[in-house]
Amino acid sequence: MKILVCITHVPDTTSKIQFTDNNTKFDKNGVQFIIGPYDDYALARAVELKEQLGANLTVLSVGEAETEPTLRKALAIGADDAIRINSFPKDSLFVAKQIAAIAKQNGYDLILMGRESIDFNGGMVHGMVGELLGIPSISPVMKLEIEGEKVKMAREIEGGKEYVEAKLPLIAGCQEPIAEWKIPNMRGIMSARTKPLVVIEPSSDNPVTEVTSFVLPPAKGAVKLVDKDNVGELVRLLKNEAKVL
Amino acid sequence: MSVLVYIEHAEGSVKKTSLEAISYAKALSEKLSLGEVIAVALGAISTDELSKAGPAGASKVIHVGDQKLNDGIIQAHAEAVAQVYKKVVASTLVLAKSSLGDAVAARLAIKLDAGLVSNVVELPDTTSGYKVKRSIYTGKAFAETMVNTENKILAVKKNAVDLKTDGPAVVIEEVTLEIPAADFVTSITSTDKATGEILLPEADIVVSGGRGMKGPENWGMIEELAKELEAATGCSKPVSDIGWRPHHEHVGQTGVKVAPTLYIAVGISGAIQHLAGVNSSKCIVVINKDPEAPFFKAADYGIVGDAFEILPKLIEAVKAQK
Repeated sequence: MKILVCITHVPDTTSKIQFTDNNTKFDKNGVQFIIGPYDDYALARAVELKEQLGANLTVLSVGEAETEPTLRKALAIGADDAIRINSFPKDSLFVAKQIAAIAKQNGYDLILMGRESIDFNGGMVHGMVGELLGIPSISPVMKLEIEGEKVKMAREIEGGKEYVEAKLPLIAGCQEPIAEWKIPNMRGIMSARTKPLVVIEPSSDNPVTEVTSFVLPPAKGAVKLVDKDNVGELVRLLKNEAKVL
Repeated sequence: MSVLVYIEHAEGSVKKTSLEAISYAKALSEKLSLGEVIAVALGAISTDELSKAGPAGASKVIHVGDQKLNDGIIQAHAEAVAQVYKKVVASTLVLAKSSLGDAVAARLAIKLDAGLVSNVVELPDTTSGYKVKRSIYTGKAFAETMVNTENKILAVKKNAVDLKTDGPAVVIEEVTLEIPAADFVTSITSTDKATGEILLPEADIVVSGGRGMKGPENWGMIEELAKELEAATGCSKPVSDIGWRPHHEHVGQTGVKVAPTLYIAVGISGAIQHLAGVNSSKCIVVINKDPEAPFFKAADYGIVGDAFEILPKLIEAVKAQK
């Protein structure tokens, strides 16, 4: 079996979001980059499946050279080899076309990624890749078991979940609690240094959307505190001042 | 020419977020002169429910009543919507962001060669090009995004526009489509869903509890306050991790992102990951005994004090103002 896990290289969830160059670029100053938390769940599940069923596990990211430490971390967690598509991830469609091109070449049985990246939150790449490859795309998946050719999944819906069955090959956008995040151990970190990491130039596909500028939300005013012995005042404020009741 | 809106229904009712998407489409069509607003609904749903699309802003509903579309089979829904989009010669597809909506929209972007923008928070600005404002970094920022394709798909975030309620009656057209068997290769075997509750991602008011509630046995107070406010209940990540509350109630960076008009947080300190899930709320109230809790910095109103003393009083005060 061949599994592909696609990961994003994104700012740590505790990062302060700021922009530079007249609000046209993300300010990387002092920001630590990580494997996208949802992608990390996908990777952890893929490692478990590999141990359970035996599989070759490839990890892929569309990103510039600075994303390589993130790919190496995925190798340390348990991927066998890595592919970096050497380009800034311009938009969802551009990224999806890069992944689909590699998948067509290599023929994966299962493609996993996070339900969305935590920078642009689009949550669209898995569906686009599924359509480009003509295979089922399921997201957001919180449980995934493989029994022979059959894949049994739980997909989160508003207020609960639905149980979905499909056959391989398929693509899934993952979220918790599909698996526990894995922390690389020393042996993993050592072996990751020598595992293959291939750099491939992107296809000539063009993005169809383009971010022209970033905007920060307006600063929040100071909190209005209400005395704990006068709770009725809070209800009056919500009703008459905030007008939300 | 037209704007098509993919509407969803659950438990026999058209979702409110879908009606909001219709109102968004109506405002969009008026702003850019895009013609008729047509809604498309798939699977069994009553005519009475579908007629709600009229007041929200649609002039027509295309109903594909095929029983096979009752379940949200992603590929089949995408194919059905693509066929209707071409049939009504639409230029834009609008839908509400949701578990199924997102999954269907992504496939449609390929089928329709459309530029797709998700988490849309405003109507497009077309003074130069077609620019859409969307929420990014889990609500911590916005991106002005240029869409360079003829066909466009906009997945709209909750509360992007006000729900319209004064539109004229709608025409409902029953349509039959040929969906290839290949689009039904996945099946939904069962569903495990809270019924009769107000659903968290769609709620106008949310009451959430954190570890400060000390145990699942104390959730009665959260539920009672929620009931009085007609609100949904939520919780912080630690609370769902320990199993005090189900995972679908987890609000935060890796859980549900909510955008209610009022969010009430009780006994939640306000870790940055939790704030990421609530920062699109219109008004935030924080109740916490620790005056240094970071959540107060993100709140509009706050009470410093013990939740176990304040909640009963708050429940009484809410009852009294009715």
